[in-house]
Amino acid sequence: MNEKNVLEVVLPGEFIAERNGKKIGRGVYLEGEKVYSKVLGIPRIEEDEISVIPLAGTYIPQVGQKVIGIISEVEISGWGVNINSPYTAFLPLAEGVEEFVDISRTDISKFYDINDVIYCKISKVTKNKIVQVSMRDFGCKKLREGIIIKVTPTKVPRIIGKGGSMINLIKKKTGCEIIVGQNGIIWLRGERKDKAIEAILTIEKESHIIGLTEKIEKMLGE
Amino acid sequence: MEKKELLKEGRRIDGRAPEELRTIEMKVDVVSRADGSALVKFGNTVAIASVYGPRALFPRHLQELETCVLRCRYNMAPFSVDERKSPGPDRRSIELTKVIRLALEPVIFVEDFPRATIDIFVEILQADGSTRVTAINAASLALASAGVPMKDLVAACSVGKIDGTLILDLNGDEDKNSEADLAFAMMPTKDKVTLLQMDGNLTREEIAKLLELARNTCKKIYEMQRSVLKEKYRRVE
Repeated sequence: MNEKNVLEVVLPGEFIAERNGKKIGRGVYLEGEKVYSKVLGIPRIEEDEISVIPLAGTYIPQVGQKVIGIISEVEISGWGVNINSPYTAFLPLAEGVEEFVDISRTDISKFYDINDVIYCKISKVTKNKIVQVSMRDFGCKKLREGIIIKVTPTKVPRIIGKGGSMINLIKKKTGCEIIVGQNGIIWLRGERKDKAIEAILTIEKESHIIGLTEKIEKMLGE
Repeated sequence: MEKKELLKEGRRIDGRAPEELRTIEMKVDVVSRADGSALVKFGNTVAIASVYGPRALFPRHLQELETCVLRCRYNMAPFSVDERKSPGPDRRSIELTKVIRLALEPVIFVEDFPRATIDIFVEILQADGSTRVTAINAASLALASAGVPMKDLVAACSVGKIDGTLILDLNGDEDKNSEADLAFAMMPTKDKVTLLQMDGNLTREEIAKLLELARNTCKKIYEMQRSVLKEKYRRVE
């Protein structure tokens, strides 16, 4: 494969561009007026922002992102949620359940128990990375049946595609229900989920190639 | 014991010129379970580094509220040297562990991951001099391929003096019999030094010369690190 089909990669410490009054996005740092890359990734120089999309790395929660979490702890008035990140999130009772619950009489594991899988929203992240999640958003629910797979969190945008193009393609071709969490956990349910997983793992492996959508389309078309 | 002749007609015992590197080989992603890993060979010296994290740090009292904790382990395999090294940490590997950590810490954005940890494990599979710089080169590659935010890569090399001649990249025999040896690590694009250790006697002029030599070599090593990392994402059918 020739070099033209591969996106340009920058290394940590590599000079990207002069700042020229632009905003500093993720994955870059500033020294004087010069913008350098922080990570191994693909640089994006846009009209108002310079950033680098990392090619590897762990998931760091950001407010507003929707993730798939696994309940790891049941406490008196909330749940500990493993969100595939260095930081465990907390789901308070009030953010998890609609109805009124009298905690002195109820064991809240009847709502969510250990190892339950939930689709939730990051509602709060403090400076010291104390993370809170909420179920009070469109689409947030407990995920029943199906299976979950893990991919590199930094590849999630590529799996979703521009405006959801890639994931919709996989959904349409395989007829699976798929939910992609920003933290790299993907939930699938449906008859042809093996085919969908194969496609997702291919995207993960070859995310830096241009023209991936066509390749996946061909792969699923068979 | 009779002292070995280290220089013969301007050539070193392995046939190199004084300012010549050994054959360097670098590979990334050699440990599939690690977040990032690398293997670096400087001649017969082989180091393998793997990086895990940033990940949660337990027990909790070890956590730092505002930064992440960098943990490092340098270990020499029992079969890595001529006479079996008894396994486990000893005085030397504890020191090198610290030295490697201090050489890498300035490049990592530790404040990005409060309360978490990054673990670096370096195993020396074969030791023939300059193991600490080989370890640093491997660890820096592993960190970059794990996607850890860094200011720059770290490149390292060793320089020294044998029989009054300044040399580059000491091997095992030269290391043991050298008049002086100096381990050096730097951020190549920033031109900043992160490790400088010296053993032996050198004059002021010699140090200046050696530092200049080490600096230029580190830039060469950086080019190799760079191409191996870029190659990783070019390796498509």
